[in-house]
Amino acid sequence: MEMIMALIVGTLYAAGVYMIRRRSLVKLIIGLGLLGHASNMLIFSMGNLVRGNPPLLHEGIDLASLADPLPQALILTAIVIGFGAQAFAIVLIRRVYQRVGTDDMDQLIATDKPR
Amino acid sequence: MIPTKFLLILPILVPFLTGILAVLSWHQRNLQRVVSLTGSALLLVVTLILFQRIDRFGPQAVQVGNWQAPFGITLYADLFAAIMLVMAGLLGLAVGLYSLANIDEMRQRLGFYPLYQILLMGVCGSFLAGDIFNLYVWFEVMLIASFVLLALGSERRQLEGAIKYVTLNLMSSAIFLAAAGILYGVAGSLNMADLAMRLRTAPVGVVTTLAMMFLVAFGIKAALFPLFSWLPSAYHTPPTAVSAIFSGLLTKVGVYAIVRVFTLLFVQDQAYTQAILLILAALTMVTGGLGAVSQYHYRRILSFHITSQIGYMVMGLALFTPLALAGAILYIVHNIIAKTNLFLISGITEWVGGSYDLKKLGGLYVRQPLLAGLFLVSALALAGLPPLSGFWAKLTLIKAGLEAQAYLIVGTALLVSLLTLYSMIKIWTQAYWKAQPEMVERPLPPRGIGWVIRFAPVMLLAACTIALGLGAEYFLDVAQTAANQLLNPSLYVETVFGTFVGGMH
Repeated sequence: MEMIMALIVGTLYAAGVYMIRRRSLVKLIIGLGLLGHASNMLIFSMGNLVRGNPPLLHEGIDLASLADPLPQALILTAIVIGFGAQAFAIVLIRRVYQRVGTDDMDQLIATDKPR
Repeated sequence: MIPTKFLLILPILVPFLTGILAVLSWHQRNLQRVVSLTGSALLLVVTLILFQRIDRFGPQAVQVGNWQAPFGITLYADLFAAIMLVMAGLLGLAVGLYSLANIDEMRQRLGFYPLYQILLMGVCGSFLAGDIFNLYVWFEVMLIASFVLLALGSERRQLEGAIKYVTLNLMSSAIFLAAAGILYGVAGSLNMADLAMRLRTAPVGVVTTLAMMFLVAFGIKAALFPLFSWLPSAYHTPPTAVSAIFSGLLTKVGVYAIVRVFTLLFVQDQAYTQAILLILAALTMVTGGLGAVSQYHYRRILSFHITSQIGYMVMGLALFTPLALAGAILYIVHNIIAKTNLFLISGITEWVGGSYDLKKLGGLYVRQPLLAGLFLVSALALAGLPPLSGFWAKLTLIKAGLEAQAYLIVGTALLVSLLTLYSMIKIWTQAYWKAQPEMVERPLPPRGIGWVIRFAPVMLLAACTIALGLGAEYFLDVAQTAANQLLNPSLYVETVFGTFVGGMH
């Protein structure tokens, strides 16, 4: 299970970085989303992956056989925050496209000209 | 007398409630302005009371919702945090006042004031957070507000700057999140006080790896050497009030976070981490300074100098002696005030001179002697001329560097000071001293309420710069106490857990 998660996390990071390095703004946003998901899955895998054993404490239970619920709570927070940031980023690239008329990042050089 | 526990929450609560009230008064713009300004003034008062309390009684911690320490959310303030909070309050008021004249009606109607207050809330929350994940959440609050403030108004340059700013900061957040996740996997806790104890026994290699991940995440936000490129692309695009508050607070939150984690958590393999910090500090100084020299745009010069001066702050951390850390804290305080003031002055210069381009400006010394004088105070403070605030901050850092026998970094710091002075003199000669270029004569702006609103905060901050310079002994004393608190992690742990913890040093 850990191995599968490790592969998923690695693939997500690789795909995210690859997408960010494209020139298209849309791909940039997808790439940023993938990076966020990769981080979330990484946190998920930190909490001892266990199947079909809810973390309810009662007498004589072996704590090591349970999944730690805290990373899942952290992910929940991170997902909500990531959702907000994504929503803003999508509106932003739409605005940029309306304003500049291109989604090619190499065209966005107005801020780096001397004037 | 407000209970200290309650006082610790107020720097978050005051901007939060002010932000809500500003949303409620969305359609009554005058009311909204009054609400926002009152809230900012209240924040300054609250932070000053908190500072005075912590100065007298030492660091304070509060467990929100009364959940005991490693489980609940901890807020913690030592003298360093309190100093930063006062800075946030001071800038919140000064820039808030300036924004009344600088932010146009369209941006005010689009919600400038609520966003401004939420930004302040995020900044104050980051200074108070005693938990890594909580710190992440406050960073995000601050970031979202700053994203919108940067793009508000949708000018082409703003949008292009915002794309760069948003992309790099979201990447930094993803790295921060991943680092926090691995940290939890390694140590089993995210409470900083708890971590400070647990990381002592963790494997050194893993902890150092984590330290580097946090350094990258915070380094992007603080605009450290290879990671700063978003800053000169974005900071000169929004209205002056926005760039002023960004330049004063946002990168310093990154520096604050670096200082916090490298004094409290990642102190195991110091020889290694401090060497990296020292190299980054030197490169940050030099690249920022050289970048500024090549520019002819007022605000872009100042933006590059933000980067350059982050190097000095990290230098203080990297030397890791009480005196060096005190120097770094003094430098942060001095830089927040002087740099923000220079941005405000650049806004007034644009208002009276019609441009940010140094080639198109000129003759302002004759037409606006007061403005030129105010510029000179902040610019010379930034370059580190006595008796202004920058001199004492740099002197302390350099003295600490000489004591630590780190001659290379001392040499770099002194050399970059010359570059700073050169840039400031360039602005001075081009914008204020040289004759006005052949252009249409611009009428002087009227000395009405707009004049007062623009000049009052600049004068306030210039007075602070002078006071910092003249009262340097007191401020150095405070900075040294704050540095000693930072270098004593067991104090943090004891304050949070409320008991004495043995075996820490």
